[in-house]
Amino acid sequence: MPFFEFIKQNWSEILALTREHIFLVFISTAFAVLIGVPLGVLLTRKKSLQTPILGFANIMQTIPSLALFGLLVPISFIGIGAKAAIIALSLYALLPIIRNTVTGILSVDKKIKEAATAMGMTDWQILKMVELPLAAPVILTGIRVAVVISVGVATIAAAVGAGGLGTYIFRGLRQNDNNLLLAGAIFSAVLALLADFALGQIAKLYEPQRAEDKSLHKRRKFIAIGATALIAVIVGYSFISSFQNPFANQTNAQNKIRVSSKDFTESVILAEILAQMLEKKGIMVERKLELGGNLAHEALLSNQADVYPEYTGTAYTAILKKTPITDTQQVYDETKKEYAEKFDLTISEPLGFSNDFAILIRNDEAKKNNLKTISDFVPLAKNKQAGFGQDFMSRADGYEGFKNAYGFDFAKQPREMDLALTYRALKSGELDIIAGNSTDGLIDALDLFQLKDDKKYFPPYQAVFIARNDKSKILQEIFQTLNNSISTEEMRKMNYEVDGKNRQPKDVASDWLVRKGF
Amino acid sequence: MKEMPKKIVEFRNVNFSVGNTKILEDINLQIFSGEILVLLGESGCGKTTTLKLINRLIEPTSGEVLVEEKSTMDWDPIKLRRKIGYVLQEGGLFPHFTVEKNVALVPDLENWEKEKTREKVAELLDLVGLNHQKFSDRFPNELSGGQRQRVGVARALAANPDLLLLDEPFGALDAITRTNLQKEFARLVKDLGKTAVFVTHDLHEAFILATRICLMDKGKIALVETPENFRKSDLPLVREYLETISVNKVES
Repeated sequence: MPFFEFIKQNWSEILALTREHIFLVFISTAFAVLIGVPLGVLLTRKKSLQTPILGFANIMQTIPSLALFGLLVPISFIGIGAKAAIIALSLYALLPIIRNTVTGILSVDKKIKEAATAMGMTDWQILKMVELPLAAPVILTGIRVAVVISVGVATIAAAVGAGGLGTYIFRGLRQNDNNLLLAGAIFSAVLALLADFALGQIAKLYEPQRAEDKSLHKRRKFIAIGATALIAVIVGYSFISSFQNPFANQTNAQNKIRVSSKDFTESVILAEILAQMLEKKGIMVERKLELGGNLAHEALLSNQADVYPEYTGTAYTAILKKTPITDTQQVYDETKKEYAEKFDLTISEPLGFSNDFAILIRNDEAKKNNLKTISDFVPLAKNKQAGFGQDFMSRADGYEGFKNAYGFDFAKQPREMDLALTYRALKSGELDIIAGNSTDGLIDALDLFQLKDDKKYFPPYQAVFIARNDKSKILQEIFQTLNNSISTEEMRKMNYEVDGKNRQPKDVASDWLVRKGF
Repeated sequence: MKEMPKKIVEFRNVNFSVGNTKILEDINLQIFSGEILVLLGESGCGKTTTLKLINRLIEPTSGEVLVEEKSTMDWDPIKLRRKIGYVLQEGGLFPHFTVEKNVALVPDLENWEKEKTREKVAELLDLVGLNHQKFSDRFPNELSGGQRQRVGVARALAANPDLLLLDEPFGALDAITRTNLQKEFARLVKDLGKTAVFVTHDLHEAFILATRICLMDKGKIALVETPENFRKSDLPLVREYLETISVNKVES
């Protein structure tokens, strides 16, 4: 689909995401200003505090954004969603605002401060009438930097379910869809430029002006007021719409099921299947989809969500931290038992398919060299470039064990990169071997070939739902229905509908439900 | 017998040091109503420090400074400063205030009526030779150095202080503007009946303005005399100063 056609078709969603983005950036910048400016003023009065406070703000900014989001989510009163994003964004915005407030005030001409004191101004009057107005252009520059950083970092907020334009970027990466990627990137870039321009105009208002500039001054004032009004309307609207829903839902919140998912297509489709089945039974559903890393698990533990799709192998190795084993039934049984004891969580019956690690190469290369199993590939490895997702590189059943089990000897260190990008890089020939997921729709879409795990290295990854015990009663019936109902073939097809044909997960899920007659 | 003029400021055994460095040592000085006392000396001799002790921008390490018979330490510093006019180099004007707002600063802090303030500002601007209609709405960066200095003087006079403190106000101006301003200022102070303490390193300026010259050297007072007697003094430091003036004259 051409880009402009895509924009036209998805215009209302793009607007909604842009609005969410502005909301996140505005609220967090407002917090950062309310905290940062007074703190900066304090630092100019008590210089001994400068090192610890600026040090703290500095450290905040060096924490990678996804890590900071991840750290905030398990805190129960924060959880997933806009709250975590706003707190993280505010922390990021603090440094430039505090630092520029300090610099701005300290760089006010000493003669002018002396004059102010000598005129008999009180400390408060000096601050209000002399220091802050004269430091305003520098402080506003700090706010400008903070806003531009926030617009960028806010794209990561999609990983904790806070929405915004990052939703398109993550989805685009996952589904290998350039339109989504471009739309997310372009709109956030435009947002950053517009904010930068408007704040620049406001900053200029504070520069001492000459008489002949007065018409320009008026125009700036107009732009500044216009931009502020526009943002106020957008933020106000977001506020109202974010408050309306909880009120409407309050009466049956008790029976409401909060369905969550991880941030990849398959997880979203499974969550949609469950959500739609619940809705057909007349149960209220709240979707908290596309959470990054292990955030969905954290969301269950902190009572932010009730249920999400998971894989037994992941639960066993990544969450329970057990050494990988290959017996499917043993993994399922032990995981179920330990989840009940450790986390008070229920594990559903297996959904039928497994999403194991799939070692993938290009189909034409498999044919040319008659490659069938991973062992077949080992002798060729010397002049091949491997690339794996971060997950595969770090997990217990990942790269290290895999290399040793098969005796791989790659000439070059494998590239560690985003999983979705390894598919693209394999297709384009920059990588020769990757570790994908066996149900991934892209395997067919990109004409890739899965090498057989002939040494049975990879543990089983049966798909299941994990639910909070207090909601398992409502869910039990559906879990029974879904028991062993989705084959690997079906799952791969559904994934391809989304990743290869750019259909919506919710439509694909409902098609499947209709086909199955559920 | 002539009546003794009123003592406005008095330094009693004042010392001031920063850490172990003595900036001022044993300063004793009386400043009388209606005079222009010039604090003269090279940079670093303590003349600006002496000036700042009067409106308590600096507090003495020992001894006391009395303003109207009351120690500055017993004054509320805000009140004390608002009743003393202060002019510094380049005027020390607020760049984000118009000329009118700069001059009206202390009246505004003291919550004068708007109309009264406006009249006063107009009167003062005209008095220092700036047409108030033309200059009221300008910003400091639209003025020449001399004009800024005039605004600085007007601002210092705004709240009708009896005492003016001036810290090398004309130092950065070109020679012609400086001479004009010096003459105008001397006349203004006399006409208004103000008392002024004036810091400079320029002997020439001291001779134009001073009713008395207080020569300072390395944190101490070397001599306090009328300009007439100053010329006659045979102190080596004074002779040195006088020589620089005659050299300048020969050169020009």
